[in-house]
Amino acid sequence: MNVPNRIVAAAIVMAAALAAPGRADAQIDFNGVWAPIFHEDQPERVPGPDIGDYAGLPINDAARLKADTWDASILTLPEHQCKPHPSTYGFRGVGNLRIWFDFDDATQRLIKINTQIQWMEQKREIWMDGRPHPPDYAAHTWQGFSTGHWEGPVLVVNTTHLKVGWMRRNGLALSDRATMEERFIRHGDLLTHIFMITDPVYLTEPLVKSNGFRLTTNGVVEPYPCESVDEIVREKGVVPSHLPGTNQASEEFAAKHHLAVEGVKGGAATALPEFAKKAAAP
Amino acid sequence: MNRAVAIGALLAIVLTAAPLGAQTGAAPDFSNIEIHSLHVQGNVWMIVGGPFNAAVSIGNDGVLVVDTMVEPLADKFLAEIRKLAGDKPIRYVINTHFHADHTGGNAKVIPAGQSIVAGNFAAQVGAAAANQANVIAHENTQIRMMSDLKPAPPFIAMPTDTFFTDYKDLFFNGEAIQILHQPSAHTDGDVIVFFRKSDVIVAGDVYMNTTFPIVQIDQGGSYQGIIDALNRIIDLTVPAEKQEGGTYVIPGHGRLADEADVVEYRDMNTILRDRFLDAIKKGMTLEQVKAGRMVRDYEGRYGATSGFWTTDNFVEAVYYSLSHPAKKASQVR
Repeated sequence: MNVPNRIVAAAIVMAAALAAPGRADAQIDFNGVWAPIFHEDQPERVPGPDIGDYAGLPINDAARLKADTWDASILTLPEHQCKPHPSTYGFRGVGNLRIWFDFDDATQRLIKINTQIQWMEQKREIWMDGRPHPPDYAAHTWQGFSTGHWEGPVLVVNTTHLKVGWMRRNGLALSDRATMEERFIRHGDLLTHIFMITDPVYLTEPLVKSNGFRLTTNGVVEPYPCESVDEIVREKGVVPSHLPGTNQASEEFAAKHHLAVEGVKGGAATALPEFAKKAAAP
Repeated sequence: MNRAVAIGALLAIVLTAAPLGAQTGAAPDFSNIEIHSLHVQGNVWMIVGGPFNAAVSIGNDGVLVVDTMVEPLADKFLAEIRKLAGDKPIRYVINTHFHADHTGGNAKVIPAGQSIVAGNFAAQVGAAAANQANVIAHENTQIRMMSDLKPAPPFIAMPTDTFFTDYKDLFFNGEAIQILHQPSAHTDGDVIVFFRKSDVIVAGDVYMNTTFPIVQIDQGGSYQGIIDALNRIIDLTVPAEKQEGGTYVIPGHGRLADEADVVEYRDMNTILRDRFLDAIKKGMTLEQVKAGRMVRDYEGRYGATSGFWTTDNFVEAVYYSLSHPAKKASQVR
């Protein structure tokens, strides 16, 4: 091979390398501990949502009934006590977020991005090496199976294989058929996280939310052990729930805030600005 | 036909005691179904063929098979076992219940196995018994295979090692295996199989994450029996960390699960049971219950409007089951 041909060959090899998944030059560094900032939805995310408040969420009638019949006492059952937030909710929570990258030693290619959120040690792996998602008969997990790629400086993540989860901590459920697409965007010491959840069982259209984080230089992620215990003496097999039509939480919430019940019951229309006029109680 | 509908059509045919093709007039096409295997943990593999699940334990003692899928997939199923286990002998087959989607491959899988027959056992059963696997099932499964499956399976497909007590256990491939009878659940002969060292449960059709529970009342099943079976599985499972992993559960149909998945399914069924009991207590008729659509919060995930087991079928079975005291198997037959 003469010199020009060697250059061509090298260029081809380089081009192939650059086109491969996890290439190094597209990476934006997210390594570090990020503290959540609550410029959005603070009342819902920190103290927690009111029971019966479904406003602004594109839920269907099935989700509404499931939430109306949800009894918070179910969380006292031992088998419910140590559940972590699923990845569809965890980034809404209050704990610090640690992000770290794993590289292949030999090639220095990015193999995986790991995240951990403090509460219940929500550990997540985002595979960057181009591997496929598991088959549909594989197990589902709280964090799901995530793969990522770069679109310019933006990290795009797709997640499947999620367990039954929740979109709010008041009984609004997501099914195990939900999937999620995320965008991680860094602006200096700020990280914007945008997620879009699709659920054919409980949503009529994608649920889109964003969260903010600020990089910390002294952030820590504490361990979070959990051991379930019997909190309440019950007969074996009892699962707390409300019978349909017996829970008036939405009506109480609406009355407390002088809103129309129709508004707090949720649905895609309640996310639109024009609905606010209708939602105000007379 | 989309995949869900196709799977539903296949299940519609095999989840009953009817022979293949009896409901549609034409035998379904199994030729496009591929068999896949997934190593769960320890000795245990989950084997999946379209909507049908089975499991195998592979180790120094040989192969133990839990359920044999349907007859048309038996050759592919055996080929997958050979791919995983090489020439290790199939020593045992366990049938979780009698339905043709769990016993249909028996006639081919059993004679492909070998038993160790010697001593006074040889005198009792004859040396020829060595030329097949031992087949373990609850005696109600054996009885229903003879009485309910039309046509009745050949003799070689029948359980050889039945029990009528609460459980049977054995030690195979270096671990204790418990075979636990769940009375009056999906049928009256259901067993769940617990591989204690591998930490895997094969649930049969008392747990399926593809549909509302199928309560075969005319085959000795009951809704409360299914809930009891789910609670028993939850008693046996131990999650590894943060309610995830640990003991895995292979469902009769659907994806691999762990305790949290079974808890979700148990919760749904307990909540729905309480709604039905309240409605029955208030004197609501079946038609009123149907009109009230009281299962609609789960219908999008587990319901169906066509096929063998529709939401209406489920509502009717639950209403009947909870309105009538559970019948013993002997009363049903």
